[in-house]
Parts: sequence; C-alpha cells; structure tokens
Amino acid sequence: MHARYLGPLAALLVLCGCATSRDLVVLLPGKDGKVGKVIVSNPKGETVLDSAYAAARTTDGKVRRDRASQNEVQSIFGETLEAMPPRPISFTLYFESGTDEFTEASKREVKGVLAEMARRPAPEITVIGHTDQAGTDQMNDALSLQRAKRVKSILVGMGIPPSRILTAGRGRREPLVRTADGASEPRNRRVEISVR
Amino acid sequence: MQSRRLIDFCRFAFVCACGIAPIAGWATDIAQFKVAKGSVYLERSGKRSPARVGTHLQATDTVVTGADGVAGITFIDNSLLSVGPNSVLQIERYAFNSTTHEGVFDTTLTRGTLSVVSGKIAKQSPDAMKVRTPSSILGVRGTEFLVRTGE
Repeated sequence: MHARYLGPLAALLVLCGCATSRDLVVLLPGKDGKVGKVIVSNPKGETVLDSAYAAARTTDGKVRRDRASQNEVQSIFGETLEAMPPRPISFTLYFESGTDEFTEASKREVKGVLAEMARRPAPEITVIGHTDQAGTDQMNDALSLQRAKRVKSILVGMGIPPSRILTAGRGRREPLVRTADGASEPRNRRVEISVR
Repeated sequence: MQSRRLIDFCRFAFVCACGIAPIAGWATDIAQFKVAKGSVYLERSGKRSPARVGTHLQATDTVVTGADGVAGITFIDNSLLSVGPNSVLQIERYAFNSTTHEGVFDTTLTRGTLSVVSGKIAKQSPDAMKVRTPSSILGVRGTEFLVRTGE
C-alpha cells in the first residue's frame, strides 16, 4: 500500500522543488448568470474562486488569488472556448391522462427534439422519466424508468437510432412543482428529453 | 497526501459498489467528441488513434491535441469539456448514476488548456468532480471555468 504512493509523492516533491508548472485557473460567469466555485489547492496553499473572472495563479508552487481580464481570457483560451460543444437543451413531454398518447403540446415538443438533433454534431439524447410524490421511492424509480423506456420506443419508431438514446428514471427526486409528500400531481408526471 | 488518495479511492470504490457503473446498453461509453479540428487523438490502453466527431470515450482514455488541434467533448451527465492546442487530458475516473446523479469525475490536465462546464455529477455532490494539473488540485463546485498548465 505504502510503496504505491511513493511514486506520485516523489513526483510531487520534485515538481514543487523545480517549479516547472505554471498554472492559471479562471472562474467564468455561467450562461445563466450564476457564478460557481472552484477551490484550487496544492501542498503550499489553497485559494477559493467564487466570483466572475477570479483567477488562481500558481508559480513556484504557490497559489495566488488574482483576477483575469476578459482580454487575457480571450488571448489564452479563445481557441479552447470556441471548441466547446453546444449546450444541452431540455424538452418536457406529458401524456394524455391514463394513455400512451402525448398531449398536443408534447407532440410539438417532439418536433423540437428532432429539429434540435438535426442541427447538432453527433447528437444524442437522454430520456428521463419523473413521477409525482405519490408512492415509495422504489415504486417511483421503477415507474419513471418505465415511462422513459416507453418514450424511447416511440422515438425509435420515429426513426431515431436506439444507439443514440439513453434512458433514465429519476423517480420523484426532481419535481417540477413542489407538493406535499404523497401528493398526486399531473405536472410532475412527465418525461424530459435532454438533447446534447 | 496519502490519506487524501486513500479517501479518493474509497469514494470511488463506494460509488462502484453502489452500482453506479456505466449505464446498461452503452457498455462503457461515457462521452463523445462533438468537435474535433486539426490533430486530435484518443489514447486507450497505450494505443493512439485519431479522434473524430462522434468518436466515443471511456473512463481512463486520454485526449491529445497537436499544435493545430482543438476538441470538444460532451459527457452523459451533460458535463462539457474542451481542450485547446498542444494539450493532454486524461480522464482518470468517471461514473454516473442517472437515477441519483451520484458519481465521480476526475481528470488530469498534464499540458495545455481546458474549458469546463460542469454537469449533473458536480451539481449533485460538491466533492465529486476534480481536475488535477501537475502541481494543483481543483475541487469543482460548479460550473464554468478555465485551466492552463505549463509554460
């Protein structure tokens, strides 16, 4: 067990001693306006980045908190940012109650899914089933996966290759509308299609 | 350092034991190239092959770009990554449970530049996503950030 860690440990000591690595980490504002958080650490210290364009610079093994300008980001990361894949997009489908038929609005959403797939490189989708708060976790996990699989088979029937479709059952973990435990709520009984 | 690695290992072992292994049907494919321009390679078990749009990735694969290469990759938890020219990025560990959103996502950038938009794994568990460079460890609480390592 101990010998296994000697290699990486030695490598780390050498690196810190020679300061061969110069790192730059920059936190960006999210597309939704929210800013996340990244904690940058090494054996000599730690810094927390939690505002837009906050930066950590590592030289001689030391981490220094700083800021990066948009110009610097563009000149160092411009090509990298341009290579980012398109953002995933979600569609939500509902069934006519007690049937396998999509509602009219959901049929339009399905068209949106197909259009979105047509404009993306190597498109894939995950079909995610959701339930309301009625029933146990176990029941809802099974039910939500069953719904997702049913939608998958409909999509395959429409010509989407099955190899491009993953299914998932989220059970009652992600309600669209907050309700009391045990509550039956049609808006939470839905299937989400994430296209990426 | 030792205990840190041990904790990481235990976290991974736990996640695997809970059946978070890759989703059935897609075997071990966890991601796909959506962008591949210039020289972009995928290294798996010591073998290097050119990567194209649509090439699938598995945990422990390494992405290598040449001086004219850039690549963009989408993971099954909707995490997005891209690497710039002259970069080497290894996926050390990846596991995602699509029911609970628990998982682990560890990568190492040994050279070059990396852009990240974290996905469902990082959103579910604050310590589940890490990016390493030769000198630093990044704990990712979300969501969008950039990393450069080397000169």
